[in-house]
Order: sequence, then structure tokens, then C-alpha cells
Amino acid sequence: MSTAVKHDDFQLPVMSGYAKESYDLCKAHKLSFQRCAKCKTFRQPPRPLCNKCHSFETEWAPVKGTGKLYAWTIPMNPIGKAWVSYMPYVAAIVELDEGPRMATWVTDVPHDQLKLNMPVKVWYDDLTSEVTVAKFKPA
Amino acid sequence: MADPRALRDKTCVVGIGETAYTRGTTKNPLQLSMEASLAAVNDAGIKPSQIDGVVLPNGHNGGATAGDYAANFGIDDLYYTASYPEMGGAQIVSAMEGAVMALASGICTYVLVPHCSYFYTGARARDMTANPANALQSAETIRDYYRPFGVGAPPQHYAWMAQRHMALYGTTQEQLGAVAVAMRKHAQLHPNAVMRGKPMTMADYMASKWITWPYKLLDCSLETDGAGAFIMTTAERAKDCRQKPVHVSGIASGHPFPPHDIPNRPDILRIGLDFSAPRAYAMAGVKPSDIDFAEIYDCFTGQTILQIEGAGFCKKGEGGPFCENGNIELGGTLPVNTHGGLLSQAHNTSMNHVIEAVAQLRGGCDERQVKDAELGVVTGWGGHGHGSIAILRS
Repeated sequence: MSTAVKHDDFQLPVMSGYAKESYDLCKAHKLSFQRCAKCKTFRQPPRPLCNKCHSFETEWAPVKGTGKLYAWTIPMNPIGKAWVSYMPYVAAIVELDEGPRMATWVTDVPHDQLKLNMPVKVWYDDLTSEVTVAKFKPA
Repeated sequence: MADPRALRDKTCVVGIGETAYTRGTTKNPLQLSMEASLAAVNDAGIKPSQIDGVVLPNGHNGGATAGDYAANFGIDDLYYTASYPEMGGAQIVSAMEGAVMALASGICTYVLVPHCSYFYTGARARDMTANPANALQSAETIRDYYRPFGVGAPPQHYAWMAQRHMALYGTTQEQLGAVAVAMRKHAQLHPNAVMRGKPMTMADYMASKWITWPYKLLDCSLETDGAGAFIMTTAERAKDCRQKPVHVSGIASGHPFPPHDIPNRPDILRIGLDFSAPRAYAMAGVKPSDIDFAEIYDCFTGQTILQIEGAGFCKKGEGGPFCENGNIELGGTLPVNTHGGLLSQAHNTSMNHVIEAVAQLRGGCDERQVKDAELGVVTGWGGHGHGSIAILRS
């Protein structure tokens, strides 16, 4: 079963712009997604312009942290040395109840019990003093 | 408003050229590019200096610049150049679309479309995908939102689609394997296939190591070195070329929405080809059941199945069973990747697919020739699901 990643030698996000805003909210353990401040359409991954009403105005909307498993893969051939000790991990797409989806991990579940649309809830993995990522486990 | 059907059969591929495909080479991409391109020019029966358009699928990352071709070929007045790096692996067929427009508009008379893949000796795909300098529009998304979760290599992104296809439609591991086995069979019949002489059975497939579930090693395309090129001109000029012309009847490029992020597409199984294929068939005035063979961008087995569906050869979700029982092998209802594809000939993006389709439509492919081949499809896939398609006619 995979647990928190403590290595700091794998690729972290470049902490600037929207990515920094997004990961800073994760660091505060408040998973949030950018959305249009006017019409409330989510923009994930974050971007300058709303593709519905074309407003530049943005806000960060916290989510409850519950959702469902949309798709997954289980990497067994590492893309870098840092990942070897965590293999096999469940690299998933999770759909939040509010609508946006994200790449993440689903932990604490035997692989043969993974099911499409299974309910999951967020937990926070503090990778480094700077970067926290949101992961999920069965709800 | 212009009607794209006006482009039907107006332009032709008149020359093809290819280097040997290898795993490892002492030649550099520039040298390989010039070898393949000069071979294509000679095949067409024109002089190198007659080229007045160079459409580069991958820009300066494709082995040589337009300036390199001008300098080496003696093109003292190059009229037109363009490139399509944002299309990822769909860039070859999108470059053909660009060449069609450059020729049909009268801007160019002979267009060269060259491409070198240096995937064995050069940078690994996993190192290119997250680097925005490579102009992949999804690179920053991968770097900032996928890589922190250990998702950075193409098979990992694409396995999400394969897994969901399996969960929704019951597609099986053996059906993925049937794609890999078919490509390997075809490679045995091609003298320039890296996997020639290395046959593979379903048992071999099932025993191969896991890369990222549900993809095994043999679900993944090869990393090879080599270059290819084709020459295009107008249908009228093509009559004077050395080879039997192969007409571009329909061609289109499409994009999944949004293009730069897989998770947030309304349906991750709705791919670029779902958008482009209907437009290409409309331009050509034919339907999928008219097609004699297809060269599908087989970067991974699951993506091959998605594109067989997207190109209209079966309904969404039915691609798994469609690939079973030899149906996509020579002698089946739709021979797919008669050269062995990216899985078993070589990974030259889909330059090798275009070259094989042209060779099939000229005839003379010996034991791998599709009988009475008159209409063939070539697809490109890349950059997280862009989809380009060409419908070629003999």
C-alpha cells in the first residue's frame, strides 16, 4: 500500500503563477480549483480566460474533497529513480463532486478492489516544506 | 464560403524515401533527413532544386530545418515553409494537409515533407513530454499537474484511456494483445522492419513485463532511429512524375477538447479523430466501408483501438472485438499497419505509415500487398489525442 512520498528528488511543480497559487492552497490543506469569478465555470488546469463567458476574472473555489474514481493506471516501470520505492502506485484521474477532475493517486486500496466510480476522499501529502499534493483514498 | 471538397484528389504524393530503421546509429539526424529526402526526390523523378515548399512536421526538432534543405538541395528561392509541432505525433498527416493547401492554392509546385525520428539515440519521450521548450502544448500541464504524481511518460497518460475503455466496454487484455500480435506478423513481411525475424505470439505478449497497467512492454511502440520523406505536387503535374501518383482524396486534423489536459475533457475517450474523420470522409466522398486498408498511429495498442473506432471502422466501444481473430491482419476485413507499424516496424511518427500507404496504393508490396488496394487511410495521433487523417486513393 502506498503512503506519503518523502523523497524530494522527483519532479515537483514549478512554483510560479497559477501552479503556485494552486499548490499553496494544497499546502494549507484546502484543495481548490480556479473558476470564473463571473459565471463560476471551472478552469482546470488554470488559465487566464473563461471559455464560457470569456471573463478574465478568476477566483479559487475550495472543494469538499470528495469525488469518484474516473480512470487509473498502475505504473510498474519507473520514470525516475525516486519512484521505484513507491511502485506500484495507483496514478488516477479523480472527479471531484463539484465537477473538475485532476491527476492524483488513490491509496489505501488493494489494486484488485479498484472500481470505476468508486467514492474517494482527499488526504494531503506534504512532499516538501514547499509542496503539498492532494491524494485520495476510499471514502 | 469555400468548400473543402474542392480539394478532393487535387494533389498527389509522387515520391517517397526512407532510410533503414535501426536501434542506434552513427549518423546524425541531419544526415538521415537528407538521405531520406533525396531518395524521395529521386523517386519522384524531379530535381532537388525543383522543391519550392518544405513543410516540416516537427519544425527544427524533426532532423533538419527548411534552411538546411534549401542549402543542401540548392533551392535558391524557397517559396513556403511551415511546421506542426503542436500536433505531436499527428504532425505528419497534418503536414500533408498543409502541403495540400500550399499546392492547391498555387503557392507551391513541389512540396517536400521530411521527418527524422531519433528516439533511440536521442532524447527519451518521457524527457520531452514535460519540457515546454519542445512546444508540446500540454508540457506545462504534465510538468505541474501530472509529474508530481509520477505520471510523465506517454504510456502512463494513455493508459488512463485504455483502462477506462476496458472498464466501460469490456475490452480485454487479449484484445490489446491482438493488436500487438497483428503488427508483429506484418513486420515479418517488411524488409525494413526492426522486428523482422522476431515473431511474437499471444503467449509472448501475455508474458511481457508490465509498464503501466493495463499496458505491457509489448503494448508500447518501439524507440528507433531513422528518417523518411514524401514529395507532393498537383494532380496535373503528377502525370509527368516517374511514379504512379497517389491522390489525397480527403484530409483533416482534429483536436480533443480541451486539447492540453486529458482529465478535464468531458469524455477522455472522445479523441481528435472523432472530430476530423467525418470531415475527411466528406471531403473524399467515401465511407469507412469503402476503405481497403488502414495505417493507424499505433503508439500503443489501446490508442490503436480508439483510432479504429474514431476512423469509423466500428462503433465506439467495439474496437476490442474488431481487432480479434485476425480481422486487422492481412487477409482480414481491414488490414491495419501492413508494414508492422510503430509497434513492430519502427517509430518514425507516422511518416512510415504514409510511406507504406503510398507503396500499397502503387502496388508491388509483394507478400504484404493488399489485393486490389485502391483506398487507404493513414492516421496520426499525438500531443494527448490530436487526430489527423488522410484518405489516399490510387
